[in-house]
Amino acid sequence: MIDVRNLSKSYRVHKRAPGLGAALRSVLRRKYEVVQAVEDLSFQIAEGERVGFLGPNGAGKTTTLKVLAGLLHPTSGSVRVGSYVPHERDPRFLQLITLVMGQKQQLLWDLPPSETYAMNRAIYDIPRAQADETVRKLVELLEIGDLVDKPTRQLSLGERMKCELVAALLHRPRVLFLDEPTIGLDVSMQAKMRDFIRDYNERFGAAVLLTSHYMDDVVALCPRVVVIDHGHLIYDGNLQELARRVRPDKRMTLRLSRLVDRADLEKLGTVVSADAAQVVLSVPHARLSAVVQSALSALPIVDLTIEEAPLEEVMRELFGAREKEAREASRAHG
Amino acid sequence: MSGEAVPARPGFAADLARVAKAFPTLLRVGVSEVVAYRAEFLVWILTTNMPLVMLAIWHAVAADGPVGHFDQRAFTTYYLGVLAVRLLTSNWVVWQLSMEIRDGTLSAKLLRPIHPIYALAADHLSAVPMRALVISPAAAILAYVGWDRLLRHDGVLLLVFLASLVGAWLLIFFTMILMGAIAFFIESSLGIFELWLGVHAILSGYLVPLEALPHWARSAADVLPFRFMLGFPVEALVGLLSRHDALVALAAQFGYVAFFGAAAVGVWRVGVRHFSAYGG
Repeated sequence: MIDVRNLSKSYRVHKRAPGLGAALRSVLRRKYEVVQAVEDLSFQIAEGERVGFLGPNGAGKTTTLKVLAGLLHPTSGSVRVGSYVPHERDPRFLQLITLVMGQKQQLLWDLPPSETYAMNRAIYDIPRAQADETVRKLVELLEIGDLVDKPTRQLSLGERMKCELVAALLHRPRVLFLDEPTIGLDVSMQAKMRDFIRDYNERFGAAVLLTSHYMDDVVALCPRVVVIDHGHLIYDGNLQELARRVRPDKRMTLRLSRLVDRADLEKLGTVVSADAAQVVLSVPHARLSAVVQSALSALPIVDLTIEEAPLEEVMRELFGAREKEAREASRAHG
Repeated sequence: MSGEAVPARPGFAADLARVAKAFPTLLRVGVSEVVAYRAEFLVWILTTNMPLVMLAIWHAVAADGPVGHFDQRAFTTYYLGVLAVRLLTSNWVVWQLSMEIRDGTLSAKLLRPIHPIYALAADHLSAVPMRALVISPAAAILAYVGWDRLLRHDGVLLLVFLASLVGAWLLIFFTMILMGAIAFFIESSLGIFELWLGVHAILSGYLVPLEALPHWARSAADVLPFRFMLGFPVEALVGLLSRHDALVALAAQFGYVAFFGAAAVGVWRVGVRHFSAYGG
């Protein structure tokens, strides 16, 4: 459904130092800099797949999504979504996709969301009965029945986000580009939104490419992740495999009935945190069963859980290691 | 998937059919937006008071005798005509487009399956009914004061006038799209537009009837596009044009509409490749 081959995208940006002098100099002589946002990026996404698109700020995620949605022209490489070349913006391509950006809204600011829905119904040429039915279902699922007739400007960010999603899905797109779709939502609404996205994906077989700084979104929704850094692909595959590769240790959480010596804990693994009630240890995967047995026999354990390291930590470690490598490489060269 | 052939793009006729189907809803939603902005809208209307200021000045000048063919009543008719035509045909799409390109909000329009130029046209056309309502008192006074010379009581001139209003709206819209689209290439195109506006004020008949301009300026105004945005429809309305002159001017006006329409679409097509969709 999505086929990206050797995609590169660069921008030419005006650069100047702060201050009045630099501002005046820039009137006479402008300095431009080419920023390589994405470089030689390739990946494919099949129909019905849910893929997390991860990377630190400025990695090129949003630029890639904008290229895929046809807003930006690639500098080089080829991109296909369905049978279409996105930047040609064929109306049938635009019927096929939706791009939801947490920071940007298509809702008409001074009118209720219901007016945006009416407008989209006309623009996408959706039969009235189908549009009404879709709105009814989405409104019910997202619990926004009392919001759709209030002016958009009077809604909170989270409420707007939910209304925005209805507008974005009204034409039943087969490809969803979601850029921070849960931004501004409270925890329970984030969970609802995730359920909603999964349900939509399963019901319509839609491909989903999602960026989010909330790793819970990624864990809950995306069996596969594509990770980029400085515009380059650094990982494409199973999310759990990525976690295992970056953080081979397991996270063991022990609830204890009494305080124990730190030295006893350190015999089992690396102590991540420890207080009177709970201890978190990092344990190499190979030693896990031996450590569990030792812990159960030696410590006053009330409860024991074993998990992968949180994805936030995995990502922090992954990008931290790359930053360090880059710094060392630049020191070696210069 | 990549080996699959790209399906042939639907033709212009299919695009137009889709737009025609969506247009009534776009207009209805646009009118709702205008109504939502009613205070700002009315304030904006009140800022278009220059024709009334000019009327007061020329009315005083003509108290001692006519200026060319213009006596006091002719000035009153002319400037009320300017006020009405200006309010019916002007729009602010250059500001909107320049801003939307700069802050990236144009993205939402680019993601929809109808061309953003159509959506912008609907946005701005939807202000016309409200404007017509606002100018109705001025139109009533105009009819009362200038009834004997209005459209020379000629049915053909009435049709030419109505067509010239459409032409003026399209010409203003396309020139504004053209200038707004320059923001795809430079940081803001509003400076260029301000320059354009200054020349427009003189050569369109907005400040002074073109007849009152020096000969060389009048000759320039006859061939430049500005007159066809305002002066020509007003001249047709207040009976300053013969049927023949009006028809010739109408042909020239639609020639300019075609030229600026093509230029706007051309600059847009090239410009959108430079769109950076910032902010998001």
